[in-house]
Amino acid sequence: MQIYLPIAEMSANVFLLLGMGGVIGFLSGIFGVGGGFLMTPLLIFIGVPPAVSVATAADQIVASSASGVYAHWRRGNVDFKMGSVLLAGGFVGSSFGVWLFSILRDLGQIDLIISLSYVLFLGIIGTLMLMESLRAMLRQRRRGPRPRRKLHQHYWIHGLPFKMRFRRSKLYISALMPISLGLVVGVIVGIMGVGGGFIMVPAMIYLLGMPTSVVIGTSLFQIIFITANVTFLQAVNNQTVDVVLAVLLMIGGAVGAQFGTRVGAKLRGEQLRGLLALLVLAVCIKLLVDLVGVPADLFSVQRVLNS
Amino acid sequence: MIRSRTPRLAARAFAFLGAAFGAALIGGSSPRAQPLVADLSRHLIAIGSGFTGTEVLLYGAIEGEGDVVVVVRGPEERVVVRRKERIAGIWVNRKSVVFDRVPAFFAIAASRPLDRVAPAPLRELHHLGIETLDFVVAAALPPDDVKTFREALLRNRVRDGFYAAKPGKVGFVGSRLFRTRILFPANVPTGTYSAQVFLIRDGEVISAESTPLFISKIGFQADVNFLAHNQPAVYGLIAIAIALMAGWGAAAAFRKA
Repeated sequence: MQIYLPIAEMSANVFLLLGMGGVIGFLSGIFGVGGGFLMTPLLIFIGVPPAVSVATAADQIVASSASGVYAHWRRGNVDFKMGSVLLAGGFVGSSFGVWLFSILRDLGQIDLIISLSYVLFLGIIGTLMLMESLRAMLRQRRRGPRPRRKLHQHYWIHGLPFKMRFRRSKLYISALMPISLGLVVGVIVGIMGVGGGFIMVPAMIYLLGMPTSVVIGTSLFQIIFITANVTFLQAVNNQTVDVVLAVLLMIGGAVGAQFGTRVGAKLRGEQLRGLLALLVLAVCIKLLVDLVGVPADLFSVQRVLNS
Repeated sequence: MIRSRTPRLAARAFAFLGAAFGAALIGGSSPRAQPLVADLSRHLIAIGSGFTGTEVLLYGAIEGEGDVVVVVRGPEERVVVRRKERIAGIWVNRKSVVFDRVPAFFAIAASRPLDRVAPAPLRELHHLGIETLDFVVAAALPPDDVKTFREALLRNRVRDGFYAAKPGKVGFVGSRLFRTRILFPANVPTGTYSAQVFLIRDGEVISAESTPLFISKIGFQADVNFLAHNQPAVYGLIAIAIALMAGWGAAAAFRKA
């Protein structure tokens, strides 16, 4: 059954779109990630224009993160204060990201920048995750004692001004830290059409030193608002949000995530992270190959709006 | 939906053809007879939620001998063509050329091979064939560059199905009635199109006619598109509201189940 997507201006198979949403929802359920980093490249791959893919994926992530935060919120695993401070930076960063997106699109460089950002971030995150999970697996095999994390580690970051107390995260750190983290990740969200959880979560653990229990819930909480901001700005500036496409992806994603969560609960943490790392690296390599390989046609055509 | 409508359209077209043929027979000896009459099976292509491309029948009748050439052009637009170059191993868009007055769609059909129907100057004059399209180049550039970029533009449009690489066939029923089908792909650009019909005899245009064809989105698709472009802020807020309700709703529903 074909459906015409009014903003993407193309006809696509309903079941393909539902299935894509389902598979990505399933994977996000298993791994506890938003899945935007898979959704946007997949949409581009099936022929949705990159600008529409990025904007529509942002709208879909609003839904998946709202759905994901529900369980964490009920268990009290959301640090709303930390989330709000991250958001302060995130709003500025994501707005800048969308502005940059429009400029790059007019220059004809947006496809390149999207691909390069994906290769860069997925490459780094995937490698780090793979190394970390391999180390964890080896450690478990040796049954060695786990190195205990110190409760208070002091480095230069703790010397920064504007200190704030985050009770839920058991932290007393400078507000500048989460604000700048939110800012940087926000720019990435605006350009790449992702939720940014794959960067935010490790950064919250290793950079801010937040306890793992509140990290995912807090990350999801702020992703809702950042991707909502990106959706709104993309809709206003570029008219590239396709609601019909987004709703189909949301439906598939909601169903897929439910099954994914159940499967995910049965797998071990290190295995899970190892598999996710491989998935991330696979997407990264695919995009890298496309960037380096000789294109089928060196020329591309773009309609100029407001001519 | 489209499929079920086609026979009815064809029937209507044939009824018209019959009438045209009758008129041609009666008016055959009259000095005021029109050398060429033509029409489309419909003048509006509506893009609804199930749109997967469609075809339109162009039909008509001619008086006397001659060949028929049909040209369908979409609205003109401005496009930028970019060429990738390898920089540090990565393919990057570098040089670009802006073309103006580029038809969004171009299809042509003829009753015989075009080079036998019309001499080159005539083809050039009436833009019979994609190779005769003369886009306006926005800036002064070396002619060699313009040529390669022009070819790339044509190649791209042919690949996407917006331009017909080869002329289609205008079929004759008897010696006077003709018909041809024009195919429109699923991603056809919206706007006002024109269907031009030429009657060519001995390398000269005896008669020509032009009829408009409108392609537009209808129903829900049109509403979505209209809102997105005319009330983008409202549209954005609706998109967010749907996402929030869908996400929160799904989580709550599955929790209970």
